[in-house]
Amino acid sequence: MIFNYIGNYSLIISVIISLIIFFLSISNLQKINIQKKINLNKLNFFQFFFVLVSFFSLVVLFVLSEFSNITVFNNSHTTKSLFYKISGTWGNHEGSLLLWLLILTLSLFLYFLSSKNRPIKERLLTLIFQEVIIIGFLVFLLKTSNPFNQIFPIPKEGLGLNPILQDPILAIHPPVLYFGYVSTSIIFSSSLASLVQGNVNNLWAKYIKKWIFVSWIFLTIGILLGSIWAYYELGWGGFWFWDPVENISLMPWLSLTALLHCILVLEKRSLLSSWTIVLSISTFTLSVCGTFLVRSGILNSVHTFANDPERGLFILTFLFILVFLSLVIYFLYEKNLKTNNDKFNLLTKESSILINNWFVMYFLSVILIGTIYPIFLEVLSDQKISVGPPFFNKLLIPFLIPFLIFMSIGPNLNWIKNKNFGNKIQLAIFFILNLMLSFFIIKMFGKITLTFTILLAASFYLFFITFKDLIKKNYKNTSQAISHFGFSLLILSILMNSILSKEIIANLKVGEEINFMENTIKFKKVESSSGSNFKSLIGFFEINSKDNKKFLFKPEIRIYNQPKVITSEADIKTNFFKDKFLVINLVKGDNYFNVRYQEKPLMIWIWLSTILIAIGGSVSFLKRYEK
Amino acid sequence: MKNRYFFIIIGLFFFFFIVLFEGLKNPNVYIPELQEEKNLSKFEAIDFYSNKKISSLEIFNDNKFYLINIWASWCLPCREEHDYLIKLKEQNLIRLIGINYKDDSENARKFLNEMGNPYSKILKDNNGTVSIQLAAYGVPETFIIDKNKKIIKKIIGPIDKKIYNEILLIIK
Amino acid sequence: MKIIKFLIIIFLYFSSFSSFSNEKYSELETKIHKNLRCIICQGQSIYDSQSDFAESMKLVVKQKLDSGMSEQEIYLFFKNQYGEWISYDPAFNTKTYFLWGLPVLIFLLGGAIILRKLAVLKN
Repeated sequence: MIFNYIGNYSLIISVIISLIIFFLSISNLQKINIQKKINLNKLNFFQFFFVLVSFFSLVVLFVLSEFSNITVFNNSHTTKSLFYKISGTWGNHEGSLLLWLLILTLSLFLYFLSSKNRPIKERLLTLIFQEVIIIGFLVFLLKTSNPFNQIFPIPKEGLGLNPILQDPILAIHPPVLYFGYVSTSIIFSSSLASLVQGNVNNLWAKYIKKWIFVSWIFLTIGILLGSIWAYYELGWGGFWFWDPVENISLMPWLSLTALLHCILVLEKRSLLSSWTIVLSISTFTLSVCGTFLVRSGILNSVHTFANDPERGLFILTFLFILVFLSLVIYFLYEKNLKTNNDKFNLLTKESSILINNWFVMYFLSVILIGTIYPIFLEVLSDQKISVGPPFFNKLLIPFLIPFLIFMSIGPNLNWIKNKNFGNKIQLAIFFILNLMLSFFIIKMFGKITLTFTILLAASFYLFFITFKDLIKKNYKNTSQAISHFGFSLLILSILMNSILSKEIIANLKVGEEINFMENTIKFKKVESSSGSNFKSLIGFFEINSKDNKKFLFKPEIRIYNQPKVITSEADIKTNFFKDKFLVINLVKGDNYFNVRYQEKPLMIWIWLSTILIAIGGSVSFLKRYEK
Repeated sequence: MKNRYFFIIIGLFFFFFIVLFEGLKNPNVYIPELQEEKNLSKFEAIDFYSNKKISSLEIFNDNKFYLINIWASWCLPCREEHDYLIKLKEQNLIRLIGINYKDDSENARKFLNEMGNPYSKILKDNNGTVSIQLAAYGVPETFIIDKNKKIIKKIIGPIDKKIYNEILLIIK
Repeated sequence: MKIIKFLIIIFLYFSSFSSFSNEKYSELETKIHKNLRCIICQGQSIYDSQSDFAESMKLVVKQKLDSGMSEQEIYLFFKNQYGEWISYDPAFNTKTYFLWGLPVLIFLLGGAIILRKLAVLKN
């Protein structure tokens, strides 16, 4: 098939272009005082273009179900609908890595277009660092996971895509998330370049802020999509499992969030320059580290891709070369940083941002250590342990309380010096009111624990204060107000959700009913149906509430043909107050069905508040862009 | 001062590299192997033939070696290892206890008629709870219990020639 | 006004909750299920897992609770049988000092650095 060759050779061409750009940039850099314009746009474009061609070839191979291609053979099937044939392109290791490269070259192209105001040397250096990354990944792709390998004799039928990946949200989740991950590479390269050039100042901060916001928005939305998917497809109503792969996606986000705040201090006060560089390096490192941990199969997770130690070794080596180089560069050029020994006043915006960074770094370290500690322990002492939700809850929740309180105070402080800091007594009284409120709420539910009461109080506190900021007419920073309000809403909904969720699990057969709170759940009948590549059993459940309202639930059990996998499709009824979630599962060798019914309060607010957080970021990004 | 930081960080960095490198070699799947000799915990189960409840104390009451074998008629590797179990039985040095795991009684009987019955006692485990009391992982699985009622060996998967010889060495 | 409305909604909402029974698993059981890792579907707790093995483990949890074992004793029983790995809540012992201690140590270190930066102490 011709597209196998087109795809393969365009990849090789882009390796060559990358090498040309790399050496051209180096030679341009050495010509001191170049006043002439260098035009690398075309080369950058072609580099991107050839990866694009290669990517499209793979898409075409998937669409045509061309099983001579081994990637298509392993991950596709003729009965799959067109949409999932296309999304199947990045639903596997090879294809998703190609997508990763596509975004990597695209973001370099965009960087070069958008950075015209930056000094030429800084741009060239960024280009050089970026090319190192691109070449590394291209070689990785070609050497260990070439998507265009062929198989002979040509099979008649493919092995199919894992059914749980055949899902609309999961089709767009990887591109969004990858854009977030990959654009952090620009932040990384640019920060190293400006460090070498001694340009780490407020102007650079103003420029790189755009990229930070872009990555951050995409990462936020990407993680949100993954979480929504897990909610209705994977879990039994859970949306976050503290699974290693989930933790890994959260780490760059946390690091980026810290950077997002820290860059403001650099922009406004020219402080914290070295810390900004460290965060820029660590964000990208954590992204690559995530790729390593997920793709090597070193961790045991629900979401593990097919794993291959050879790939793991390659990424590990590449990762360490990157980190090593950036460390050396950092220590060599650290003297270029303007060490401003300015003081931080206690009640100022900059110190509250410092405190924010302090806590975010703590959360990051908890998640990082919790995720990789089992690997270390096994290697060093041959003992296997599991680090799960209880660990993270114990170490994160107590620290969340002061974090939320600082977050409610911080944004209302001024830069440099604060003359009149609100009315302290008023704020304290308000907090006590919130404490009482949450005490009543928790008491009504029945189980009072001290931590939960205070945590709930702290999140109400943040909620009301950010709400006040949001509706205040002349508030300076709309985007921050939206994001912070979104965050408070997120914490509040997660807390309420976890305290107030109710569920019932029972084995039922057709005709039986059970009582749940004041509702009756009646299992009326089972019908069979079929889709293009699956057969399904649909259960019909009627739920009668005490005020005689009837709800019909139709959860499904799907039996996919290729590969043979059984999945449960939950039926979820959403409104603004709660989600009703019903899912069924087969009980082995019985005509009973395992039925789970859950009522999950404020579920939709978890999603909406995360979108609000991202909207806040977008407002800020668009505002900068206009200027 | 800066130099010292640099070397500390580089040192840590290599430590990380080596550990992750070694970590790649380990399998990521956990298999609950026997780490040390363990006392056999007490359990109760239903007898396969008489359908009466019996306690483990009544079964393991002789000063002998015991072998507990978890099997099922639907399990293909169980057929592979069955000949070795019969051979062990013929040695008369060890008493074999079978645990019939999530099986249909009728099929299990057919299996024994066809392949021979090496067990001096068979217990039913219809819901899998008895096997969990023994810390089993799947079928087939075999435990060797010494005269002090300690589990001294655990075999996950079917018995083959090599393991058969090891067992002989232990009981002789 | 909006705030008061919100509060009223919340209170009305909570008043509709009441206790109930007739569950297959009690709250305590569910809690235990969430803390035990499934040996077959290794990425999931037995609460999330749909495997046969997880169902058997849930039955054992029920049996143990009926025989009067406490929550902690059940975890201990499973750890003793299948090793530390089975519990999602790592114990605090010589093997895990770093796991529990390092994050807190980092927090303290960060605090120390910030204190040095703050002007209050510099004066």
